[in-house]
Parts: sequence; structure tokens; C-alpha cells
Amino acid sequence: MRRVFAREEVCIACRLCEVACAVEHSESKHIITAMRHEHPKPISRIHVEVDGPFSFAMQCRHCEEPLCAQSCLTQALRKGEDGVVRYNPDYCIACYTCMLACPEGAIVKASRGTWKGVAKCDLCPDREIPACVAICPNEALLFGEAWEWEAMQTPAEPPILARGGHRA
Amino acid sequence: MITGQSTRLRSYLPPRFLARIMDDRCIRCQVCVRQCGWEALYYDERNDCINSTEANCTGCHRCVALCPTHAIWIEERPLQYRPNFNWRPEAIEDAMQQAESGGIILTGMGDDKGQTIYWDKLVLNASQVTNPSIDPLREPMEVRTYLGRRPDTLDIDYGSMKLRSPLGPLRTLEVPIMFSAISYGALALQVQEGLARAATEMGTFWNTGEGGLHRSLYPYRDHTIVQVASGRFGVSREYLDNSGIVEIKIGQGAKPGIGGHLPGNKVTAEVAATRMIPMGTDALSPAPQHDIYSIEDLRMLIYALKEATNYTKPVSVKIAGVHHAAAIASGIARAGADIIAVDGLRGSTGAAPKIIRDNVGIPIELALASIDHRLRQEGIRNQVSLVCAGGIRNAGDVVKAIALGADAVYIATAALIAVGCHVCQGCPSGRCSWGITTTDPHLAKRQNPDLAARRLANLLKGWEHEIKEMLGGMGINSLESLRGNRDHLRGVGLSDTELQILGVRHAGM
Repeated sequence: MRRVFAREEVCIACRLCEVACAVEHSESKHIITAMRHEHPKPISRIHVEVDGPFSFAMQCRHCEEPLCAQSCLTQALRKGEDGVVRYNPDYCIACYTCMLACPEGAIVKASRGTWKGVAKCDLCPDREIPACVAICPNEALLFGEAWEWEAMQTPAEPPILARGGHRA
Repeated sequence: MITGQSTRLRSYLPPRFLARIMDDRCIRCQVCVRQCGWEALYYDERNDCINSTEANCTGCHRCVALCPTHAIWIEERPLQYRPNFNWRPEAIEDAMQQAESGGIILTGMGDDKGQTIYWDKLVLNASQVTNPSIDPLREPMEVRTYLGRRPDTLDIDYGSMKLRSPLGPLRTLEVPIMFSAISYGALALQVQEGLARAATEMGTFWNTGEGGLHRSLYPYRDHTIVQVASGRFGVSREYLDNSGIVEIKIGQGAKPGIGGHLPGNKVTAEVAATRMIPMGTDALSPAPQHDIYSIEDLRMLIYALKEATNYTKPVSVKIAGVHHAAAIASGIARAGADIIAVDGLRGSTGAAPKIIRDNVGIPIELALASIDHRLRQEGIRNQVSLVCAGGIRNAGDVVKAIALGADAVYIATAALIAVGCHVCQGCPSGRCSWGITTTDPHLAKRQNPDLAARRLANLLKGWEHEIKEMLGGMGINSLESLRGNRDHLRGVGLSDTELQILGVRHAGM
């Protein structure tokens, strides 16, 4: 399963991912209409944590053993066969147990008229690459398989003699 | 004690720029506010709008680049002084600024005054009818360059087709463009990593500047030029070992005659450790190299470095283009340097007194042409490679520099522009909103070395294509055939003296 990975070392805390997420999950999906004229305001499912120069974007990590789904009283949150933890608003009774259970704090409250419930990252099912990853100006969010991410963590030696050149 | 404005005088300087925000497009996401390193923008909670403190704005356009709805743009807001050809706004405002501070005006980037840019007055030739042009997409085109000393004569064993005469250490450039010296401290480490990676990928060199070499960049050593400057910051055995070329910095185009400046606010713990200086202190390099007061002294340093590197690395000497550059270069060649780098009037800097940046030195085109001419005249051109720096803006300038006699060029401003620089000249402050000329961890994070390396390599690839196209148009299939070949250059609108110095004929002749 492809998921979103955050890179603290290059996150610039601009919070464009939050904007993109809110717009993607809005009614109009048009940035100006969504952010200025839609009520209730579209909510972002991603949140940038900032402490001094340290920052990174936090959203649902689609855990192997999702505590939110395990704690959900009505199975409104379920882990699919493909590994994506999905939310079904029709089942939700707005007890917010999932919010308490989530170790990442990745679930946020949501409401629309009389309906109350939560919102969380759905990995943008309508898009090839999630909106947050696509907008990030510094590649602080990456989308891919876990093994690809693992491979990135061990930096390879730079190519010596990449294009001719010499050895000193 | 009664005080007025005694500690800091009220500034009479008018704001240079005006931030305009289209209210109907602004979604109040405050990305612009968070990205402005100059604290020129803020969110006005009461009126629910973005507001600005224009006096802080340098026109770096970070906000413009990141605004998701393109709601913000920055306008220049020149104050309409009473027209006066002598007292132009810049002269007035500089005097105002100094009346407040009582100090030298420190600035960044290269000379922005209207001295002649000779590249713009030189035009290139192309083949028509009588000689065929070459299509670089279909036919081989050679732009490889070697830097270093060539022997005076070639002794070839024709039996085995081997070279008998000994060759000194040579370095290969796959593109004749290197990244010029920008030190760690002046520049964020992330950008240096980008430069190092791009240089490695493209088979060329990047230059550490005088600020030492951070350990994390040792793996790129084969494509690294390490600088030994008057401050000797970070110079050690390890430093010399982790390099491809060693460069002695005598002068810099932006500030000939004075040493490097690194304001103390940029000297973080890492910079201090790399430079081997205390944290937070101004790193002011002495104006001269204190062990060099003559060509003989320079020779001693060159050979000390050659000795230290066991004669395995070419030694370069970088000078600023000044009045007697040609005679000085001749001395440097005779002192044993393998490479001479010349930096011109429009060469850039991270911090220099504005008065020196804008008034001292000569245009690089004249310095380059006169040095090449002088070295040829004296029959020692083969002993050194000539690198041209300061004011190279595009592939056209590169080709013209090579036709004027350069072996390769150094680019710095162009490279920084590739990673986002908008040439706002705010470098000395260390508040660069693009995360380029800063060591603030919050700002420096804005440069992702992966992306920086990609952009820099793309720039070189683009220029390489263009160089090949221009060479092909001239009917040349190798850069070597263009080197010092002024026959492919013509001057437009230049005086006889200028043409004579450049060694170029006027267009139409």
C-alpha cells in the first residue's frame, strides 16, 4: 500500500498541505470558493506540527493495527483489504472514541448542519497523488510504498565518476 | 535620564516595495506571513486581512512564489524625488542610511550599476553557405575541458603512440561551467550540498569558498575545489585531502583589495566548527594574505600546497580583475599556479561594502581578454588554465568568454537563481527567505538538497545544450576549437580602444 511520509528535515512549515487538503475535501474543490465562500469551512485532515525550527506534517498513518478502528463502537472506521483506514460517516455516532485512541492525533472533529462526526485522511481516492503531497513545495511529503521509504533512509554513496571525471 | 531618539535615529528612508494583496483572492492561509523571513507581512486579526510593514521588504518574492491563489505581488514604490541627474534616489538614500548608522553600507550580490556589460556588445558568428554548420543533435559535439598545466612541448613515442613528456595533474570538466566559491556560513549547508551533488552529477566542480568544508560533503571530494584564503578558515590536512583542486584566494571581484566578510549572526555552532572560529564572531578575513607580499611569496604558498598534496592536485589562484591584471596573471603563471581564476567587476558576494562593490575593479571581459593576450604573448598560456568568473548570466556569455580565451567559467549568481534567489541583495542579513544565504535552521530548511541538486543540474544541462547549438552554428564541433578564437566574435558599438583590448574586430569587418 502506498502511503504519505513526512520528512521533518525539509518541512518549511508553510502549511500549504493544510490548504490543499481542505480544498480537496471541500464541495467546490475550487481554492478561492472553498476557502472563502463555503460554510462550514472545509477542514484539513493534515496538520503541521511546529516547534521552533522543527516541523512536520501529521496525518493518518494508516497504522498496521489501527487503534481508532479497534476502538470504534460502530465500525465507522475500518481498515480495508488494501490497508487504507477508511471512515464511513453514515455509521458514525460522534462518540469521538477514535480521537482519544489515535496515538497521532490525526483525527479531527467535523460537522455539517445537524450531522456530527470526524474527518481523517483518506489518501485522496480521486487523485493519483494526494493533494498534500502534490502541493508541498519542498518535497517534505512523499507518497510511496513503505519499502521505498525505508530505502531512502540509508543514504547511498554519491555517484563517483557520474559523468566521466576523475578520481583524485 | 531623559532620552529622545538617541539610541537609534528615526529612519527617513522610504520603503522600497509595496506588498499588494488582492482581497477577493486572498484565502487568509497566511503562507506568505510564515514564509517572509524579513517580517514584512503579518496577519491583522481584527480586520481579518494580511497587512505589511513595507520598510522590511527586500523584494525577494518568496511570498509571491508560494501564495496558492497568486493573491500577492510586490510592486516597486519609488519615491518621486525632485528630478536631479546628479542626486539620483540611490545616492540620496545611501547618504540617509549612513547618516542614521554611521557605518559602511554592507550589501550582497554583484555590482548593479550601469558600467558597460561587454558580453552584450559582442556577437557570435554562424556558418552560411561557404562552410557547413553542424547539427549537435545528429553529430558528435565535444565540450569536455581539462584544467591544469600543459607541457611546453609534446614528446610522443610514435611507435606505441604514448606520450613521453610528463603531464601534471589535470582535472576533467564535462561542461566548461563550475560553481564559484560561496562559503558555508554565507550559504546554507543544504545549498552547498545541492551544488556538490549537481557538480558530481554533471562532471564538473563546485567551490567551498573560504569557509572550510563540512564533513558531510567529504563524499563529493572528487568534484570539490577547496579554497585557502587570507583568513585560513577551516584549512587543515583533511581539508586539502578532500578536494580535487586547491584554490588560493587572493581577491574577489565584488571586493578587490579587501578580505571576506561573514557577519557574526551567521556564525552558528556548525559554521564555527567548520571554520575553526568561536561561535557568533564576525569572520573578517584579512585584506592581504599575510604571508604573500610578492610573487615570490605566492610561489612559496603554491608550492607549500603542492607539497602538502603530494603534487597530485592542481593549484589555482583566484584574483580580482584589476588594472594590472595581465601582468599579475603572468606573475602567477610563473609562480607555478596551474589555474588562474579571474573575477570581474560584476562578480557577486554575500557581504561587501557597497562602495567597493560598485566602484573597484574592471569588467571581466577586458581583464580576461588582456590576460589571455598577455599570456600568449609571453608564450606561457599553456602553463595555466584560465577561468572566468563574475557576471556570467547565460550560455551566450559562456561561449563568448571561451572565445575570449577562458578555459572554463565560474557561475555563482546564476546557480543561486536556479535554487530560488531573486537577487534582492539581502544576503548579509542572514534572513534570506529562500533559505539560501542563511544559517538559521528554520530558514535553511527551505532548501531541500535533492531539489537544489536537480535544479542546478538542469541549469547546466540546459546551458550545455545551448553551447553545443551555438558551436554547431559556428561550424565547430569542439569547444577546444573555439578557445581564444576571437575570429568568431565581433564587437557592436565599441570604441577602437575597447576593440583593441578585447582583440576583436568590429561587426561588419
